[in-house]
Amino acid sequence: MSGRSGRGPRRAQAAALAAGETTAAFSHGSGSSREALKGRIFLAALILSVAIGLVMLVALIVKAFVDGLPRLNLDLVTSFPSSFPERAGIESAIWGTAWLMAGVSATVLPIGIGAAIYLEEYARKDRWYNRLIEANIQNLAAVPSIVYGILGLAFIVRGPLGLGDVVLAGSLTLALLVLPTVILASREAIRAVPASIREAALALGATRWQMIRRQVLPAATPGLATGMILALSRAIGETAPLLLVGGVTFITFNPGFDLSALDSPFTALPLTIFNYVARPQDEFRVVAAAAIIVLLVLLLTMNSFAIWLRNRYQRKW
Amino acid sequence: MSARDSAVSRPGSLDTARRLETARPRYGELAIAGVLFACALVSVLTTTGIVIALAEPTIEFFQAVSFKEFLTTTDWAPTFTPASFGVIPIVVGTLSVTFWALLVAIPFGLGAAIFLSEYAGERSRRILKPALEVLEGIPTIAYGFFALTFVTPLLRDLWFLGEEPALFNVLSAGLVMGVMILPTVATISDDAMRAVPAGLREGAYALGGSRRVVATRVVVPAALSGIVASFVLGFSRAIGETVIVLLAAGAIPNLTLDPRESVQTMTAFIAATGSGDIATGTITYKTIFAVGSLLFVMTMIVNLISIRLVNRFREVYE
Repeated sequence: MSGRSGRGPRRAQAAALAAGETTAAFSHGSGSSREALKGRIFLAALILSVAIGLVMLVALIVKAFVDGLPRLNLDLVTSFPSSFPERAGIESAIWGTAWLMAGVSATVLPIGIGAAIYLEEYARKDRWYNRLIEANIQNLAAVPSIVYGILGLAFIVRGPLGLGDVVLAGSLTLALLVLPTVILASREAIRAVPASIREAALALGATRWQMIRRQVLPAATPGLATGMILALSRAIGETAPLLLVGGVTFITFNPGFDLSALDSPFTALPLTIFNYVARPQDEFRVVAAAAIIVLLVLLLTMNSFAIWLRNRYQRKW
Repeated sequence: MSARDSAVSRPGSLDTARRLETARPRYGELAIAGVLFACALVSVLTTTGIVIALAEPTIEFFQAVSFKEFLTTTDWAPTFTPASFGVIPIVVGTLSVTFWALLVAIPFGLGAAIFLSEYAGERSRRILKPALEVLEGIPTIAYGFFALTFVTPLLRDLWFLGEEPALFNVLSAGLVMGVMILPTVATISDDAMRAVPAGLREGAYALGGSRRVVATRVVVPAALSGIVASFVLGFSRAIGETVIVLLAAGAIPNLTLDPRESVQTMTAFIAATGSGDIATGTITYKTIFAVGSLLFVMTMIVNLISIRLVNRFREVYE
């Protein structure tokens, strides 16, 4: 592919397009003005298509801001849920989300990157089990998140693991949910390290693991970090699986700072927002809107950091 | 790619190279390879876990409720006494919301893709593509809030065709879900269209095609399997989406195709029932898994079709 659609033909095409800035230039033969009109209508429809998404994005953000502004203050993040909307806050939700994300990182980081290393550096493509793993990851990436919630409910909260509605159960469920994302992103990052680096290391007598550990992984770190952050930013906004696994939304204490927090009941930002939106009183929607802004800001920060990381440290080989 | 493959995998596969390996087996290296393989196996275990988690209660469910009742009757009231288990209303509810979502996502997603791939310059691409990715990264809870508190009131205010939509309605959930899926359709279709060799476009231009004609008669047909795959993936995301429908479409099973009415979807049923405190082993608990199995099978079939299509379109020009 890369050879044929490389720069040469693209440039030629760009030149061709530039030559005919007005679409009519290409169809002088049959009713050029009609074709020009059609072209213009078509282009207008395309621009409308792009604009619709962007307008909705802006509308969503503006709506959350306008609604949430009255409650967008420090009280919001230092108050617990309450049945009085003017006192209701998201402190326990923020702590719950922080612990969830810590749990997700701790599990998915080694497993996801380990799986990616295996698939990129060790797996031989002609083995059926490797092909099975690859097809499986592709499939898992498209399983609806609520199904992971069912898995969490049946196996992690109840059943074999039987952890109960606690932080650890939520973390493990979300970790399984984002695992395919992490594996796919990590594979891309590892694949981007050129073969010559590996060959040089092996030629100098490094074992395969020494080569991976001292050459491939350091070179791939920015890409791995970016993939990891993007996966976390997906996990942080997930609501559906937590509805099944978390259950409780009315938590008026913090999980604490030590590891015993993992065994504590929890709520999370999206869960609390869901709870507030679903209540009939309009006053709670204000709290929900303010919490949505907090969530969006958090996401935006994470994503910008990931993009910055990618641009700043990713080497062009 | 190929150079590295040979560097890494040949020592294990060729007899001559094998003799060049260390005489002493490196147990540490083997152990590391084993651990990494175990990591990769976690994903397979997840799938196995999902299947087992769904299968056991589902089988028990069908010992209590006949297949025929589940799939052919039209009364869905699993938590009532006497309970009835006709799944059709929530399947129709799901498909009805999905229809409106795709009505937004397919034309506008494809339009955005054509614009990005055939019209936009490098500079506008560099702004528009990340903007679409931001749209894709907005959490569904924010979309749900938006549907319920902005789109629904707007629809009710502006409605001019007979009776106005209910407080919870299919249309609002569907339209907002369409906006959510739009970037998925756009980015995958865009990738497919950019993979069409430039030679095809140049040939079409040389024959006197306008930009519109080249885009619609040459590029889109050439990238069709990838474009269809993006539609299929959008479809599978729509039937699996939970929070938007839970907040905006309602919680009452209702066999209707009227977009103004409130419906319950499969996902909304699972979430609403599963978030309550239900005892393990009751028929209500098992119902969640039966509906989950149906949802899982539906998305699995749709995903397999989509992966097929994507793989096929990848091979066309290579």
